Amino acid sequence: MTDATQSSARPAGNSAFVGYLRTHMREYGILFALIAIMAFFQVATGGILLRPVNVTNLVLQNSYIIIMAVGMLLVIVAGHIDLSVGSVMGFIGALSAVLMVQFGLPFPVAAIVCLLVGAAIGAIQGYWIAYWKIPSFIVTLAGMLVFKGLMMVLLKGQSIGPFPNEFRLIASGFIPDIAAIEGLHLLSLLLGIAAAVVLVYLSLRSRAKEAKHGTPDEPYAFFAGRNVLIAGAVVALVYLLATSRGLPNVLIIMAVLIAGYSFVAKQTTIGRRIYAVGGNQKAAKLSGINSERLTFLVFANMGMLAALAGLVFAARLNMATPKAGETFELDVIAAVFIGGASMAGGVGTIVGAVIGAFIMGVMNNGMSLMGIGIDWQQMIKGLVLLAAVIFDVYNKNKAA
Amino acid sequence: MTSILEMRGITKSFPGVNALENVNLKVEAGEIHALVGENGAGKSTLMKVLSGVYPSGDYEGEILFEGEERHFHSISDSEKCGIVIIHQELALVPLLSIAENIFLGNERASNGVIDWSETYRRTEELLKRVSLKESPRTRVTHLGLGKQQLVEIAKALSKEVKLLILDEPTSSLNETDSQALLKLLVELRSKGISSILISHKLNEISQVADRITVLRDGHTVSTLDCHTQQISEADIVRDMVGRSLKDRFPHGDPKIGEVMFEVRNWTAHHPIHSERKVVDDVSFNVRAGEVVGIAGLMGAGRTELAMSLFGKSYGDRISGEVLLNGQPVDTSSVPRAIANRICYATEDRKTYGLVLDQPIRDNVPLANLNGIANGLVVDNQKEREVAERYRKLMAIKSSGIGQKTVNLSGGNQQKVVLSKWLYAEPEVLILDEPTRGIDVGAKYEIYSIINELAAQGKAIVLISSEMPELLGTCDRIYVMNAGRFVGELPIAEASQEKIMSMILKTGKAA
Ligand SMILES: Nc1ncnc2c1ncn2[C@@H]1O[C@H](COP(=O)(O)OP(=O)(O)OP(=O)(O)O)[C@@H](O)[C@H]1O
Ligand SMILES: [Mg+2]
Repeated sequence: MTDATQSSARPAGNSAFVGYLRTHMREYGILFALIAIMAFFQVATGGILLRPVNVTNLVLQNSYIIIMAVGMLLVIVAGHIDLSVGSVMGFIGALSAVLMVQFGLPFPVAAIVCLLVGAAIGAIQGYWIAYWKIPSFIVTLAGMLVFKGLMMVLLKGQSIGPFPNEFRLIASGFIPDIAAIEGLHLLSLLLGIAAAVVLVYLSLRSRAKEAKHGTPDEPYAFFAGRNVLIAGAVVALVYLLATSRGLPNVLIIMAVLIAGYSFVAKQTTIGRRIYAVGGNQKAAKLSGINSERLTFLVFANMGMLAALAGLVFAARLNMATPKAGETFELDVIAAVFIGGASMAGGVGTIVGAVIGAFIMGVMNNGMSLMGIGIDWQQMIKGLVLLAAVIFDVYNKNKAA
Repeated sequence: MTSILEMRGITKSFPGVNALENVNLKVEAGEIHALVGENGAGKSTLMKVLSGVYPSGDYEGEILFEGEERHFHSISDSEKCGIVIIHQELALVPLLSIAENIFLGNERASNGVIDWSETYRRTEELLKRVSLKESPRTRVTHLGLGKQQLVEIAKALSKEVKLLILDEPTSSLNETDSQALLKLLVELRSKGISSILISHKLNEISQVADRITVLRDGHTVSTLDCHTQQISEADIVRDMVGRSLKDRFPHGDPKIGEVMFEVRNWTAHHPIHSERKVVDDVSFNVRAGEVVGIAGLMGAGRTELAMSLFGKSYGDRISGEVLLNGQPVDTSSVPRAIANRICYATEDRKTYGLVLDQPIRDNVPLANLNGIANGLVVDNQKEREVAERYRKLMAIKSSGIGQKTVNLSGGNQQKVVLSKWLYAEPEVLILDEPTRGIDVGAKYEIYSIINELAAQGKAIVLISSEMPELLGTCDRIYVMNAGRFVGELPIAEASQEKIMSMILKTGKAA
């Protein structure tokens, strides 16, 4: 029987290279799309896009979308959707304002209360979805209306602010520096270089492990190219930020979230189970996976991240407004799909979703800089979303 | 005789695999042409090339149908020429009626308004041709698989088929239904309709085929003519696997111990029609080291019994007792059943067995993720080792453990499902049609694995519709009919006739 295996899988020679590209088109495609879009706007805005101040702005502007995209990716991989995140985010912003500004609660206490309330909101929605099998679309549509309403109740139609200073710093502050060099934030640069080194080291290590078990899937040229590109991008981004005011605090929060959730999604049994449930719930259940509990947890987590995004957003505006979070759920969902997740569940990566969010963010920012009206911006973003998903489906059909 | 179809030099590759290399196939007008080969030999792929699932340009080589070169770009192209394929997995819409399914996409209508009386009249004619006694208004979901298969053929006939392709049509049918289907093929042949029949059941092939083409590893090995020579099953097997197989079943040397797994008065009701008992007061036991078979017709309730035992995965109002080594155990949820080392390998690999979008590597450890993890963190290296081990052990034909299971051949998907449960290290393993769609050589390997598990003192329950398989591997056989156990036979006393008579004596199947 062993001889059957050996004779069977004859790799089709040098087409392995092409084959790899074809099966992994999506992952590389999105990266190239981001680079192309950035290059386009860099030229179209006459170099403003990548000016340090604007890059700092880009990060700050998109932080809350990225924070929520991380949670939404898990929701969508699990085969669901959460339409309520925009409203929850707004509601938590309002709650934080009431707690801190009106009740004078200290910022850490208020923040923890807000995160717990967010998790509880997610848990309640998740309960109906997981254990009562009510479609997530409906539960979270209801949630979207309910929390929008609750937010207006809390705010009584007005904006509340300003926030205490230390709270504002989470969204608009920068990390401190160790040495004073004119025009360069040293600690930021060092941290960025360290991050790049760690990334490269980790991927070298996992490739070496793979190589011990025969040839890795990914051709060497791709591996090297991907690593140089990613490390280069990290260092370039950090350098730009360092020549301005250094790394924003939110960037640190985001980096920790992205790394942490990527690890959970890829390297833990919980992550594996979420992908399995999204891929085939029946098979997952018959393999002993408690799909209800996972669904519940995924929504509770989403609620918590929406709350975090709400805090960051409120801190950035330095007030809670009744408009906060409006239609943000659409940007978040779009980012996740642009990032390669599948509506059917079971497919998608955290990094993909983050890149998707950056694509949306760069387009927003670039088009605003070019003075393109909000009407055109909407249309163009819609078309990009559609194009990304068409590209997905096209690839899938070709591979089949 | 003139040939209706000629495929010349067909080559088709997927990333990492050459599925077909320079394959030739010639089908004469008015013959039943069998296509055989091991799992992953390329049979289904060749038929997908022929029917336009892989459009012209996606493969090399040429297709001549009725003497003309054809370039099919889609299934509807090939259907227009009279080539109809019935896939390994049926493609009927469960909640539509028979008539609606038959004319789906081809509705009897004028100006977009469906002419129902014409539809039903035509359907009745077609059902008569395939000898199916059902109302055209019956919903397909209420039909057994055998009848659904006939509906598929009726649907093909509605399209004025000239060449009918059946990909493992009998793999999920019982004897009676299979025979009915084969008879129908012979009848269609007499009307001048040719067919290509893919099957791993060699007895059926020698029964009806005029000629046989054997594929091995994507190459044409031989074409045997059943009229000019005497072809034995052994000849076919030799060409398929490249060597001769002496026995169909390995010789086990059973060392049977104490009763290990026992079920008492197990009853389960239908999940929707909750007054109906699908499993009715069933009691049985399995000893350590014993392989116990459950025989029965399709719809006897065997899968329902197994799934209701396995974490109440099927049915409503379930009652009864499960004992492991004399102690009552809790199997009320799948995780609890697995924790007690009671496992169930499904018969329906696509719906209940695999996460199709994921590779072999992720599917194999799914029921025992803790086995490849330290705490919560997955150990990738261990995961790869495990997947590699089972790929070798089960000879899963693939480009590597990274191949998505959706792209594996049917039989190899089945092997992944079995691997998953072997890795869960069961003490009691319930196997539901474990060799469905598996080639002769690989079947032998699976029987060997069953024997090995038994030799390690595990208790095995084997549900199968293939009587020879039950008779060849089990130590004891229970017979189930209409939700009840109607007999028990030690292997020494069991025979196909005895089992059938037990079923018939207790009335018609549900
Ligand atoms: N879409 C695909 N992508 C990659 N490989 C594929 C794809 N489809 C089929 N293959 C490979 O092509 C080979 C032939 O598969 P095919 O389904 O034709 O086998 P088969 O002879 O029908 O086997 P079985 O008897 O198990 O049904 C297998 O090795 C399979 O893994
Ligand atoms: Mg096949």
